[in-house]
Amino acid sequence: MSTDRVITAEHLSKRFGSFTAVDAISFDVYRGEIFGFLGANGAGKTTAMRMLSGLSMPTSGKASVAGFDVYKENEKIKQNIGYMSQKFSLYEDLTVKENIRFYAGIYGKSNQFIKEKTAVVLDRLHLTAEGDKLVKSLPLGWKQKLAFSVAIFHEPKIVFLDEPTGGVDPVTRREFWNMIYQAANAGITIFVTTHYMDEAEYCNRVSIMVDGRIDALDTPQQLKKTYGVATMDDVFLKLARKAVRSAD
Amino acid sequence: MKSVVVNNISKKYGTKKAVTTALQGISFEVDKGELFGIIGPDGAGKTSLFRILTTLLLAEEGTATVDGLDVVKDYKLIRQRVGYMPGRFSLYQDLTVKENLDFFATIFNTSVEENYDLIKDIYSQIEPFKERKAGKLSGGMKQKLALSCALIHRPSVLFLDEPTTGVDAVSRKEFWEMLRKLKAQGITILVSTPYMDEASLCDRVALIQSGKILSIDTPEGVVSAFGKKIMAAKSSDMLNLLADLKKAELLEDAYPFGEYHHAVLKANNSAEELKNYLLQKGYPFEIKETKPNIEDCFMALMKN
Repeated sequence: MSTDRVITAEHLSKRFGSFTAVDAISFDVYRGEIFGFLGANGAGKTTAMRMLSGLSMPTSGKASVAGFDVYKENEKIKQNIGYMSQKFSLYEDLTVKENIRFYAGIYGKSNQFIKEKTAVVLDRLHLTAEGDKLVKSLPLGWKQKLAFSVAIFHEPKIVFLDEPTGGVDPVTRREFWNMIYQAANAGITIFVTTHYMDEAEYCNRVSIMVDGRIDALDTPQQLKKTYGVATMDDVFLKLARKAVRSAD
Repeated sequence: MKSVVVNNISKKYGTKKAVTTALQGISFEVDKGELFGIIGPDGAGKTSLFRILTTLLLAEEGTATVDGLDVVKDYKLIRQRVGYMPGRFSLYQDLTVKENLDFFATIFNTSVEENYDLIKDIYSQIEPFKERKAGKLSGGMKQKLALSCALIHRPSVLFLDEPTTGVDAVSRKEFWEMLRKLKAQGITILVSTPYMDEASLCDRVALIQSGKILSIDTPEGVVSAFGKKIMAAKSSDMLNLLADLKKAELLEDAYPFGEYHHAVLKANNSAEELKNYLLQKGYPFEIKETKPNIEDCFMALMKN
């Protein structure tokens, strides 16, 4: 993990009418870091992630992502990040190779690059024999791992993972995290949300949002120490129970 | 009488070319008043099983009864006496909270007043918003309304398909507290979940993976059947530690588990041997014995 900052946010806010979804959050994320972005339903995680990925204009505050300003250079941001969620990942009725081609094409990658890298990625996933199969025929766990590979195929500086492991079996969930570690070691910054508190332990640092604010941000070890509890589950419960506004 | 009896149920989808087997010879029984968990990842067959038991889907093979009634022959009678909360929110978004509840009560020839005592604890939390359209409710409120609607005809068996998926840890705990109260009213509850940690909140669980049941037991029974010793280890470089554990011949398995890695010892190896193995690596580490939990058991059963 380096000291280059790939995400900086200063008093970043988003209001919808009289409702403040994100309330002046400030934080930095470093290159190659695995940054856990936790919070109860409705705490403002999705709104914050949408601002950081250039999909939603902030109401006030400052932020830059991959060196680009969220107000003026949001298109540049989109080109330099990857995104994957449990809900939206791959096209079921395209083949494995077609999905890769489609996404890499959107990011403007050359045919040569796509061809060479597809072979490498499929080999690493042990999916070479399945390259021409429809994605819908793959088991869920494979789909999720493929979706992650596709999200970082264009070699983004940052990848946003929105509950990437929801509903996945415990073995695949661990294989998935192994891929996250590899990507982080290769210098890709990981920004991840999860409802599994054991996964919070796998992050370098974790932030916890409550009612639109970031109420805690530290290493898992330090958070447990600060709140005098044994697990991240307890840290989360202690903070999230303070929430006054209702979910979503 | 058993509340639910499932006997050798199988279900396949698709045509000859691409057949997906959703359920393969599933059998189990649920006692009256039991809180029974179906625990497994997405794609394990949980929803297919629930749809067969609520008479919304036909199985290819096997038989099943709910409240002593056959899911095929007596489907009309079963529909009158089960409550079903599907995984996807399926109330009328453009009706208000109150209209949705009245609608479900009317369909079952009853009234909200008649069974208010059953839903009071849950419904009273959303009653202040009873004129709001269901589509405008927050996730937690939608869930409470859906549960109220599933209960309004006082079902004898309640089927809840992944009620806590995508729900944060605090709301999940609250939901399970509601289920405890319903159980106390004598309702049989079948609940499915992909969250292994929720198993301990059930009376008994069926662990399910790829359409097959891996184990049926009390949560304590599942854990005690694990039968192997697990050591929890950590160091400052967790990746390196995991690599070393994976190479250790004396281990059956090693995998990350939150703050620690879990190392499952082979039957004839000891904790002392593992300690000595790690000491040779020359870096500081911490190790202690730990109790297996449902997730450890699930992973071990998946490998068999």
